[in-house]
This record gives sequence, C-alpha cells and structure tokens, in this order.
Amino acid sequence: MSIWLIPAVILIVLVTATIKRVPAYEVFVEGSKEGIQIAVSLLPFLLGMMVSIAIFQASGAMDAVLSLVKPLTSLFAVPEQILPLALIRPISGTAALSVTTELIRTFGPDSIIGQLASVMQGSTDTTLYIITVYFGAVGIRRMGDALKVGLLADLVGIIASIIIVIILFG
Amino acid sequence: MVNLIWVFLAVSGICYAAFNGTMDKVNEAIFLTIEESVMITLSLAGVLVFWLGLMKIAEEAGLLSGLAKLFKPIVKRIFPDIPENDPALGYILSNMTANMFGLGNAATPMGLKAMKEMKRLSGSDKASRSMITFLAINTSSLTLIPTTVIAIRMKYGSVDPTSIVAATIFATTISTIAALIIDRYFYYLRKKAGRAL
Repeated sequence: MSIWLIPAVILIVLVTATIKRVPAYEVFVEGSKEGIQIAVSLLPFLLGMMVSIAIFQASGAMDAVLSLVKPLTSLFAVPEQILPLALIRPISGTAALSVTTELIRTFGPDSIIGQLASVMQGSTDTTLYIITVYFGAVGIRRMGDALKVGLLADLVGIIASIIIVIILFG
Repeated sequence: MVNLIWVFLAVSGICYAAFNGTMDKVNEAIFLTIEESVMITLSLAGVLVFWLGLMKIAEEAGLLSGLAKLFKPIVKRIFPDIPENDPALGYILSNMTANMFGLGNAATPMGLKAMKEMKRLSGSDKASRSMITFLAINTSSLTLIPTTVIAIRMKYGSVDPTSIVAATIFATTISTIAALIIDRYFYYLRKKAGRAL
C-alpha cells in the first residue's frame, strides 16, 4: 500500500493544481527554495547535538549508566533486557534502532522481549532529535516546557507498551 | 535545559573516556559524527526541497485549507491559539497524516513548515503554546504502521511480523493522549504563574 501512497499524493496535488489553474512548476520552485534555507539553518543544531551524544556513547559512559539502572527493573518484574531501549529511545534514534535490532536478533522476534522491543520502538519517537530539528530550523531559542512534556509522554508510552505487550503476549 | 543536557553529555563522556582509556574511540566518534550529520542534513535537504515545493502547490491549490477545514473541529480544540483557516493548520495536519502512514520522510518537511508558520504567528523566539503541543504530539509518535520494525522482524524470521501492529497503535494512542494531557497541565501551570504566551 505504501508504494502507492506517495505517487498518489503527488498525482492528487498536481491534478488539483492544474484544474485550479495554479502555475504548478513555478510554485514548486518557489516553495522548494525554502527547503534549502531550512536545511542549512538546521545543520549547526543537528551536528552539535549528534556529536555530544556520540561522545557520550563512544566513551562507554552510556553503557555504564545503563548497567547502573539495570537492577531497578527486577523490582517491577519487567524483563531487564528491555531497559536500555527504554532509556535510549528518547535520546538517540540510531542507537535505539540498533538496540531494538540486537534484542530481536538475540531473543527472536516472537519472544516477549522481541515483541516488547518492537512495540516500544514503534510507539515512541526520539524526543531530543525532534526538538533539536524542529526548534533549531526555525530559531526557537527558549523551548519552554517542550522537553519536559516530551519526556513525560515518552515515559507514559514506554509504560503503556510494557503493560499492553504483557497483556497481549505475556 | 537543553544547554545543560548538551554540555553534560559531552563533558561526562570525555571525563569517562579519560578514566577508562576510550579516548581513541571518542576521537573517532567525533569525526565520524560530524560527517554523518552533514550527510543527514544533505539527504534531508533533498527531501525538504521536494516536499516543500509540492506542499506549496497544495497550498495554492487550496488543498491544505481543505484538509484544515475537514478536521477543524478536532484541531481547533488541540490548537486553540491558531486562527481559523491559517495555513499553519494545513501544514500541521499534513505532518500528522504523513506520520500516521509512516511517511517519515514527508512528515518532517511539513512539520518544519508548520513550525515556521507558528513562529510567524507568535513572532517570538520563545516556544509558543501551539508549538509545544505540536512537539508533544510528534514526540509521542503517531505512527500507525511501524514499517521499519516490521522489516526488522521479517529479517529475523518472525512467524507473524505484523503481530505487533495492534499493540503499537494502542500504545501510540495512549502516549499521544497522555502527551496532550501533560501538555495541557503544563499550560495550566504556566497560565497560573502568568507566563502563558
């Protein structure tokens, strides 16, 4: 289905524009110029955040933090292997994807841990990345409560996916 | 807050590396990541140029305002400070729709454009109420069909790669509703303290 989706959107937009006598190509070029500006203004924010996360990860500090928190999970009867994913998901999308892949490979996609990793990966998003990109590109310097709201929503999403997976597959 | 997180990640990483002899890895990671971020920006630039061009046509052809009109009752409640029929609403809706169908590539340009329109409305470098709400919805992930996850599950021989779709939709719905409630609560706190924008 997704193979048809993007061409269909393009088709609908172009046909509607032609019917309404919009000079499609000229408007396209006019609108797309903005894309270059946005991309260029994005680079400093993205590069800065990515380098900081990479230092933290490559030094081994991230693994150290994760192993510190591991014993906590036994308190809640949640598979401890899932915890690193829950912690990394809001911070780094690529790191989270590699953790998910590793969990699915090690425990099997149809194991409870594999299912849990799949649902967690699919139902949350990388809050830090989204905030960096969206606020960075338009020059929002004071982000108000955005990070707090985003991280709290992540926490709810993670807890929800654990409960749902245990009910459905446990 | 993001200043602190940023400095903390780099400083604690370097200190940790100094005590654990992983400085060579840190060095390597810095240069690899600089390259990687430029590559990401470049590939994002292509996607941005294409989709913002197409969306400009959609805007001029009246498709975005049509979309906004269709979902007005819901969106008006979620974003009460955006004026009716404002192009910002059209871009917010296209971002949400693209996210739901797992078109991450097309969702980001629409989201960035939505942010730009919301900044035009607020005219300040401080995050406005609607911007925070919009981010909350995005960070809680609206994806209905998690294509990447399904692909990984297929690769590792799952008997039923799509078995997690229902659970994912359920979890996403809960986290999005929670995000909206949490967002409202923080807005209420700001209002009480007289800091609401």
